[in-house]
Amino acid sequence: MIRFVLATLTVLCLTLPARALDIQEVTSPGGLKAWLVEAHDIPFTALEIRFRGGASLDAPDKRGAITLMAATLEEGAGQMDAQAFAEATESLAAQFSFDVDDDTLNISARMLTENRDKAVDLLREALTNPRFDQVAVDRVRGQVLSIIASDEEDPNAIAGRSFRKLAYGDHPYGSSLNGTAESVKALTREDIFDAKARVMARDRLVISAVGDITPEELGVLLDDLLGALPETGAPMPPRAELRLSGGVTVVDYDTPQSVVIFGQQGLAMDDPDFFAAYVINQILGEGGFASRLMEEVREKRGLTYGIYTYLAPKDLAETWQGSFASANGKVAEAIAVTRAEWARMATGEVTDQELNDAKTYLTGAYPLRFDGNGQIAGILAGMQLNHMPIDYVNTRNAKVEAVTKEDVKRVAQRLLNADALRFVVVGKPEGLSTGASN
Amino acid sequence: MRAFFAAAVAWLAAWPVWAENVTHFTLDNGLEAVVIEDHRAPVVVHMVWYKAGSADERRGKSGIAHYLEHLMFKGTDSMAAGELSKTVSANGGSDNAFTSYDYTAYYQRIAADRLELVMKMEADRMRHLQISPDDWQTERDVILEERAQRTDSDPGALFGEQRNAAQYLNHPYGTPVIGWRQEMEALTRDDALEWYRRYYAPNNAVLVVAGDVTPDQVKALAQSYYGPLEPSADIPPRARPQEPPQLAERRLVFPDPRVAQPYVARSYLAPERDPGDQKQAAALTILAEVLGGNPQTSVLARKLVYGSGTAIYVSAFYDGMAIDDTTFGLAAIPAADVSLEEAEAAIDTALAEFLREGIDQAQFERIRTQIRASEIYAQDNTQALARRYGEALASGFSVADVQSWPDVLMSVTEDEVMQAARTVFDRRQAVTGYLTRPAEEATQ
Repeated sequence: MIRFVLATLTVLCLTLPARALDIQEVTSPGGLKAWLVEAHDIPFTALEIRFRGGASLDAPDKRGAITLMAATLEEGAGQMDAQAFAEATESLAAQFSFDVDDDTLNISARMLTENRDKAVDLLREALTNPRFDQVAVDRVRGQVLSIIASDEEDPNAIAGRSFRKLAYGDHPYGSSLNGTAESVKALTREDIFDAKARVMARDRLVISAVGDITPEELGVLLDDLLGALPETGAPMPPRAELRLSGGVTVVDYDTPQSVVIFGQQGLAMDDPDFFAAYVINQILGEGGFASRLMEEVREKRGLTYGIYTYLAPKDLAETWQGSFASANGKVAEAIAVTRAEWARMATGEVTDQELNDAKTYLTGAYPLRFDGNGQIAGILAGMQLNHMPIDYVNTRNAKVEAVTKEDVKRVAQRLLNADALRFVVVGKPEGLSTGASN
Repeated sequence: MRAFFAAAVAWLAAWPVWAENVTHFTLDNGLEAVVIEDHRAPVVVHMVWYKAGSADERRGKSGIAHYLEHLMFKGTDSMAAGELSKTVSANGGSDNAFTSYDYTAYYQRIAADRLELVMKMEADRMRHLQISPDDWQTERDVILEERAQRTDSDPGALFGEQRNAAQYLNHPYGTPVIGWRQEMEALTRDDALEWYRRYYAPNNAVLVVAGDVTPDQVKALAQSYYGPLEPSADIPPRARPQEPPQLAERRLVFPDPRVAQPYVARSYLAPERDPGDQKQAAALTILAEVLGGNPQTSVLARKLVYGSGTAIYVSAFYDGMAIDDTTFGLAAIPAADVSLEEAEAAIDTALAEFLREGIDQAQFERIRTQIRASEIYAQDNTQALARRYGEALASGFSVADVQSWPDVLMSVTEDEVMQAARTVFDRRQAVTGYLTRPAEEATQ
């Protein structure tokens, strides 16, 4: 068969990103630090703000407080009630969003150059002077309770919740950051103010900006926007102990297709073997149609629409996870194939072609991420959260390139263990039941 | 809530602009091409859109457009099954495809200096697809798993499918894009090849290239790879069976034990955007924004969420980009102690009040401000822009239609919005559905 020669022989040039990305560290007069990329071709600025700790800083017995608090930040501030705040935002055509994950509280802002000062004034009110009116808290609580109720009946959410519980037990990672219906119903207005004080403090801030703004303007903006926040909040949560063991956990649920989440111990981003693991994961299950699992489970056998794996190096624990969905009658076979592939990868044997394809993908895809102010601002925030150096963008691909076949073998053998893999299955799987191993 | 907020942001991001960087040309074999320049990052998006979607399927063969989309990755005379995606991936790119009622599209996103590589492969599969006897049955299992994942496992998706089927008495928009399960199970390799031969040709396709490229570069490459492909002589006209007068309102109740949060949804048959005549669709687009766009300031949010407290969430939606009649939709999630009947009644009361009271001047101005601002924000997302042009051209619109859309929106008056509302809210053309738990389990 004639094949295109172009495909496999190319060596990617590594001068990336091709447009030099000039990241500056800006320190405001008040001492706040941010990373900035100036881009003056479109008259707006993307600003990303992160508070470390996220929903894991919920006080004991107040699970869901930080999620509810973050969702209520835009529901009234200073002299404005919820609707007045929303009208003001619309009038400026600014875009604000607030959300929370296990490790961070995230605020994204898009502000037009022509009215940036006014947009900052508005956002400052939400961040430093939110009203948390009882009526607003209750209204948003109703929305959160609706989501909690829906998650009770959603196979994907059930699988995620079951996996968390098995993996992390009573640590905040072990439960949904929305809280339970019971915990959310019990939250008071005071709890919401307390939740804000726990997480929204200056000592845990990470900031990035990309767009039509100078370093001097950004410095002034940061003090203006964030200077009034308290200096410190609650102490950071403790590390989470991973309690996963190998085997299958079946959660009985009446649906035609089983949802599966699987995982084992992973590794931290600052582990010297991280890039080798990253390449292994690409070969195993993150490479889309190029991955071994997609080839074996979908392409050869038609057992699923899609199967993916990923490294999940969180701040307080690390897992190596994956997921797929299969018809109830086929899911046992899909799990068997997945476990066999996991075991095969654990030998660390990969072909030269697999290794090269994974590396050319990872190095080639990296610069493609930097294609928009909002995108770049998000990446810069992530780099700071992970304690990466400011020149990381220029050194990252060399680290991928440096991974050898020997590294792959050593790290796969060190980390991957098919017997330690726990599968959580939500559905009516045929030929499967809960147990230490199947 | 962020989950609810997303809809408003998506609305903002949807407008195409930046006309000065868009170039349009047509090759001798009929392939239409659009080039959108954005030199901020060394990235290119390469898309081919075919003017063939599920609404063009023969009755009884539902899902064939989407099935063929999957099979398009199974190799050609010169590429092995899966080779295209693997090649894109090994070059740092990503690729995928999607099928809708009116089009099927394939795209790659890759370093700008790899445009030739992906164009060569995409051109190859336009005319030289091979489907091996081994692959077609496995891939049919995959689309059945896809249907199970996206639709059968989700009562909200099944509910939407049933409402849509009730909305269209005759037009194929009432058939789901992915297909009805029993018809999908019977699709064959011959069905797929028949579909491919009928629709996949340069004179039935639109090429969109966006990113760090120049029009001259794209023209030269397109000429050498797509240029030699033979046009098809017998592409059928897109004359689908049309709706008869809809004279009777349809109502349905969909009980499912997996429903945790009941809601009420209603859709009205509504006119689509027409090439060269987009005014009415623009008025309906603004009407949807006025009624349900912003979760705090829209009319339904003010009346139902902030006013009476009947609902915890409301929305109004309309997308005019279609070839034939589309729909205008409303939905409400009732508050904890409110029944679906009460929520529906509250929507109808709110609509009646709105028709009496008219549009709040300040709200109308804020929406216009956001239409203008969206022209700035849209420049930050080239891929979305590419998609917008591809979708429009594959649906029979011109580049001029796309470029004039923001101006048409800005030209809409409050009276025109109110006139559109009075016309579209005709219950005889509406479907109202309740998604609920089975009666014995109902908690209300």
